[in-house]
Amino acid sequence: MGNKQTTFTDEQLEAFQDCTFFTRKEILRLHGRYRELAPHLVPLDYTNGPDIRVPLALIVTMPELKENPFRDRIVETFSEDGEGNQSFNDFVDMFSVLCEASPRELKTIYAFKIYDYNRDNFICKEDLHQTLVKLTKGELSAEEVSLVCDKVIEEADLDGDAKLSFSDFENMISKAPDFLSNFHIRI
Amino acid sequence: SDEESMSEGEMEALKEEVEEKKKLIATLRTKPWRMKRRLVHLKEAQEFVERFEGALGKGKGRKWYAYKVMMTKKLIKFKRDFENFKTACIPWERKIKEVESHFGSSVASYFIFLRWMYGLNLVLFGFMFGLVMLPEILMGLPYGSIARKTVPRAEQDTAMDFSVLFDFNGYCKYSFIFYGYYNNDRMVGVLKFRLPLSYLLVGVGIFGYSLMVVVRTMARNSNEGGEGAEEGEFTFSWKMFTSWDYLIGNPETADNKYASITTSFKESIVDEQENQKDENIHLRRFLRVLANFMILCSLGGSGFLIYYVVKRSQDFAEMDNKELSWLEKNEVEFVMSLLGLVCPPLFETIAELEDYHPRIALKWQLGRIFALFLGNLYTFLFALFDEVNAKLEKEKVIKNETIWALNEYYANYSSFHNTTDIPPPNVHPADVVRGPCWETGVGIEFVKLIVSDMQVTYLTILIGDFARAVIVRFLNYCWCWDLEAGFPSYGEFDISGNVLGLVFNQGMIWMGAFYAPGLVGLNVLRLLTSMYYQCWAVMSCNVPHERVFKASRSNNFYMGLLLLVLFLSLLPVVYTIMTLPPSFDCGPFSGQEKMYDVVMETIENDLPAFIGNIFTYATNPGLIMPAVLLMILALYYLNTTSKGYQQANLDLKRKMQMARDEEKNRRNNKDSTNQVMKDLEALLPDRSLAPPPEEEEEPPPEVVVEKVAKSPKTKKKKGEKGEVDLQKEVSLAAENPKGPVTRAPGSRGAPAGNAKGTQPGKERSRGGASK
Repeated sequence: MGNKQTTFTDEQLEAFQDCTFFTRKEILRLHGRYRELAPHLVPLDYTNGPDIRVPLALIVTMPELKENPFRDRIVETFSEDGEGNQSFNDFVDMFSVLCEASPRELKTIYAFKIYDYNRDNFICKEDLHQTLVKLTKGELSAEEVSLVCDKVIEEADLDGDAKLSFSDFENMISKAPDFLSNFHIRI
Repeated sequence: SDEESMSEGEMEALKEEVEEKKKLIATLRTKPWRMKRRLVHLKEAQEFVERFEGALGKGKGRKWYAYKVMMTKKLIKFKRDFENFKTACIPWERKIKEVESHFGSSVASYFIFLRWMYGLNLVLFGFMFGLVMLPEILMGLPYGSIARKTVPRAEQDTAMDFSVLFDFNGYCKYSFIFYGYYNNDRMVGVLKFRLPLSYLLVGVGIFGYSLMVVVRTMARNSNEGGEGAEEGEFTFSWKMFTSWDYLIGNPETADNKYASITTSFKESIVDEQENQKDENIHLRRFLRVLANFMILCSLGGSGFLIYYVVKRSQDFAEMDNKELSWLEKNEVEFVMSLLGLVCPPLFETIAELEDYHPRIALKWQLGRIFALFLGNLYTFLFALFDEVNAKLEKEKVIKNETIWALNEYYANYSSFHNTTDIPPPNVHPADVVRGPCWETGVGIEFVKLIVSDMQVTYLTILIGDFARAVIVRFLNYCWCWDLEAGFPSYGEFDISGNVLGLVFNQGMIWMGAFYAPGLVGLNVLRLLTSMYYQCWAVMSCNVPHERVFKASRSNNFYMGLLLLVLFLSLLPVVYTIMTLPPSFDCGPFSGQEKMYDVVMETIENDLPAFIGNIFTYATNPGLIMPAVLLMILALYYLNTTSKGYQQANLDLKRKMQMARDEEKNRRNNKDSTNQVMKDLEALLPDRSLAPPPEEEEEPPPEVVVEKVAKSPKTKKKKGEKGEVDLQKEVSLAAENPKGPVTRAPGSRGAPAGNAKGTQPGKERSRGGASK
């Protein structure tokens, strides 16, 4: 099985396989990708679990994330400190949730977190505003943006509080045909 | 520490906890926790399980329990290793990722489908090769030993020519690729392998396996949800949250995507604000009917053309091979592939008349291409059947001739040498008179069809995409208008056309595999080269789509098509197995009356007697009819229950929607929009029509006290409002009074004429008064 690697102990690899959707080989490959972001920072030997964090600015240079308008939010959501500095655990977690085998419910939860810019557990009009501007690169006029945000709240808000709670979001996303195929990063 | 003295109850509780911990470990990866938390919980749970599984192992039955635990652990480890192995074996991950990052998920879905097909064909090839071809090659008679395995004397001098081989005649025809090569010995080799039985079972088993795999994939896809919303219910929400394709990694594609998302938003905004334009419905209808008529004509025309060409090829077959040009020899396949190439763009052009929304237009286009392919395939089959019947006639004649010649030989021999022990005629295999062997003929037709289809597809890509891209790129420097922006510009990858082509290709493989075992191997090669060739073509010659429209909400659309094609390809094969007699001198079923007789033979000779009895009973019509009836009843029952569930589902949805609307309206203090509620309100008595209440005898004091006590609560909210806040009133089943109650409830139905709800006492007193 090619047990020559010294990056992780076997228990660590087994633990990662239990906690993510990745196979052994993929986890090792992920570590390689993590390391090449900051080779001088990230050690090759992870057997004693060093507490190293790679900053946001380096992670968003990855080709998988570089073109994504929400890359900053994604990395922030999956970082423990909320600033985007990811340890290897966070890194693996991020790609595991966004992989193809990850179930719909899990992806919905994290999608909600990603689009919730102010982290108040509600997607309010401001959050929608920011999402839309990022998505259209500022090509829509202010009134068009406002109109779209109002329409979104009108469509998806069920309890009438002018913002989307998680259950509103979940109800809307569960019926979306493209969600699973689009909310997917292949690593 | 005192595990021995644990009671039964404690054991049970402990067992449950251990099971729970195990379940936690299994579902840990689906929990939305931080990785650190997951790792901590994992360690805890594993330690718990380790510790207490040992404890549970004590007491009675511990050896069995310990064994079970060990086996489960081994099984989990084995499954994990197998999963790792399977994932490592998946080919072309890098390639598909590259296509995804440049073109998005929709184009890549074609390549994922192609890869899936490749896997399926690989397994089918494994069956065919391992169970049919390999035994015949290794344990059967070699080439040249018997008549069916040898090139006839007449053809021998051209048998090695490239043109002959390319037509799958010559040495190709008399090889293990086709049906005719296989010998009909019941058992071959040292292992006593029953080849004819294996051939039949593999031929049918291919369909069974494909069906199982397709249905399993459909079931897995259907779990993805995405259903239950009406059209336009969440347009803006979905556009905002699900339109960005996270797979995109290429800057140009990203720019494209931004532009298309912006356009899509603008369109939706305009649709929101504008009313529907006034269209001329009649003109539109007329144009649509005209378009459909034209398309039907072209479909009919293509069917007729194929029939005509196949008939002509039968005439060509009578003539001498050398006098025919390449075009005449391959006319049928050429025409079919050409039609498959020319008609779809023709349909698209005609469809411009119809002016549908792009998604609906795509559906129509797919339906028409499907009809085209289906019609072509079945016309081809019918024409082929005519040919087969002609060959069967010829065969009868040759068979009679052969029997007659054999009898003559025996008669001559016995009259010459005067013995009864006559050795078989000593004829070289190449000189034996052969029957036409219709199965091999059919196999050859299918193989030629697949090959020409492949050639046309590759040529199309080369010319339609590559040459076009080269011309646009290099001629742009010296052309009057901008070739890249205007006509012809770079091509977009036609997802639906390619997927349909793949589906129908597979249909032809399923049909032809029974007559040409080598066809599946050929298809594997074809899919392999397709993958590399099309990946290269799409990356170098195509541009990403401007607007992407999916043909349907669910991924099961193309799987459903594949299933349909599977059934349609099953029909001809089953028909030939059941009704047509096999050739008398070629193939594994030669000498039998019908092909399935080998199964009967095996049951009689190889299996124990009682199984034969079971089969005789099972094929009794008296048993089959009730079985069929039972199945029909079961279908009907399942259909009714399913309809019932659907109805219950709809009712629940409606109830939930109603509850939500009520909540919303209550919050916003709006009147109820619920029609039922409105109707109920309209049914309440209209107080303005009632005369002013008169003073009557007072009802018993308790009632007064009660009513007075109740009213302040409800009245406080309304104050002077004379109207009923309907939701509250009706739901609380409150009293009727609409105004503030400051005195005891007066007479109900005070006027003599209004007899509603009067109490006997009042009646009496009133009766007294009015009298």
